Amino acid sequence: MLELKNVSFRVDSETGEKEIIDNVSLKIDERFVALTGPNGGGKSTLAKLIMGIYQPTEGKIYFNGEDITAKTITERAQMGITFAFQQPVRFKGITVSDLITLASGKKLNTAQVCNYLSEVGLCARDYVDREVNESLSGGELKRIEIAMAMARGTELTVFDEPEAGIDLWSFKNLISVFQKMYEKTNGSIIIISHQERILNIADRIIVIADGKIADDGKGKELLPNLLGTQNATDTCAVLKNKVEMD
Amino acid sequence: MALDNMQMNLLKTIADLEKVPDGAFNIRLNGGLESRNNTENITIETKADKPGIDIYIKAGTKNERVDIPVIVSKTGLKDLVYNDFYVGEGADVLIVAGCGIHNDGSEKSEHDGIHAFHLAKNAKVKYVEKHYGEGEGTGERILNPTTEVEIAEGGYLEMETAQIKGVDSTKRVTRAVLGDKATLIIHEKIMTHGKQSAETDFAVDMNGKDCGAHVVSRSVAKDNSHQHFTSLINGNNQCNGHTECDAIIMDGATVTADPKLTANHVDAALIHEAAIGKIAGEQLIKLMSLGLSEKEAEEQIINGFLK
Repeated sequence: MLELKNVSFRVDSETGEKEIIDNVSLKIDERFVALTGPNGGGKSTLAKLIMGIYQPTEGKIYFNGEDITAKTITERAQMGITFAFQQPVRFKGITVSDLITLASGKKLNTAQVCNYLSEVGLCARDYVDREVNESLSGGELKRIEIAMAMARGTELTVFDEPEAGIDLWSFKNLISVFQKMYEKTNGSIIIISHQERILNIADRIIVIADGKIADDGKGKELLPNLLGTQNATDTCAVLKNKVEMD
Repeated sequence: MALDNMQMNLLKTIADLEKVPDGAFNIRLNGGLESRNNTENITIETKADKPGIDIYIKAGTKNERVDIPVIVSKTGLKDLVYNDFYVGEGADVLIVAGCGIHNDGSEKSEHDGIHAFHLAKNAKVKYVEKHYGEGEGTGERILNPTTEVEIAEGGYLEMETAQIKGVDSTKRVTRAVLGDKATLIIHEKIMTHGKQSAETDFAVDMNGKDCGAHVVSRSVAKDNSHQHFTSLINGNNQCNGHTECDAIIMDGATVTADPKLTANHVDAALIHEAAIGKIAGEQLIKLMSLGLSEKEAEEQIINGFLK
């Protein structure tokens, strides 16, 4: 479904050219793939290359066999790729309902918008008419971002650290959201995450470090090696350590 | 004198009126009276000394609406009008004004409306004003509204003004004086394009104890248009004043925001905020990643911003 062939991405930095993604080749056909690896390793950049937000310096990207390297963000979105941002964007005057409706690409009634919001654990009535502005918390925005991805329901959805900024209660919810998406849609999900509980449900785990694929394998086979490293952390390692020390 | 189709369309754009309204109204067409209706509580009279009307709203009038639209469809017309609103004690009404200019000619068409609001004790008014220009001609379409507001103790005025399209030049002046516990809320929306220019100038004297003012302007400046926003809030008593100017700038447009606060009383709490910036790249990217083209994304962002 998705294939990256010798993809590199370089940027100019003070010390000359910097390689962010270094000759990555990757073929993804699995339904649920987790991308993990150290911060700054190139995971988010890879996601942005897939969505077309960045253009690769070298290499080609294929979606369902079609070369999409030169396609715009809009074209890729229309072909069936969705990207849920790590840092959701705020819009003055645009409401939650507006965004969900735009995401779905069709006219939705309030009940339909509410369904999506309820799925991500937001009390729908309080949110439909809220503006997606500074009045919403980071956690609320993340959940709206996930609801938008659900409303799109495309063939491929890429989530960039969906758990960041989400509290423990909604973290549980989040896992069930992905499981539901997995069951309901015929699409594939790529999630960038360090969370053990997310890695745990992945069919395949790809570890990205220094812009390269450091490890790649079936979830169940790879996960035991990753546990306890920064590639797979528990929900609150700090707290857990504290409890153990006590 | 009946309104033709083009004039009816203008009426719909500026006042959401599909037909002649039921309540009190005064329709002004090309500098003269087109039609008028009074109700038991609301009386509209033509001024004797200068062009314009006096609108009297009886004390205690509730849930009534007054429409005073102005239509200019003649090229080369300069229309100056004075409208005074006298709102009685405890009344609660909606006033809808607006001006539509259709100029197909080569001479400039101008409407300068000077509106004065006198709100008695505890009177409550929502005032909606829309400005719109259209026409194929090269003649300029100019609107210069002046609004003077005087709010007595406990009175409340909420003013919503919008100028979204087709006005070449506008100078909008608003002056307000607030009594004890009086409240003034202003929401202004402006979009300019081409070589248009829009100037807005607010000054509020917060004289009464515990009065409040909230002046918010949102604007979009496209192409080579220019906007200038000035607001001055004088806190002369224990009061709460807030002014905000938020502008999206595009293309080769220019925007100046000039908010001023003066506190003449130790318990005057005054805030001003001003922000000017282009549409954030990440906003465009987010909407494009939902399948919208860059142009559609831009339209959504602007429509939301000016909603």
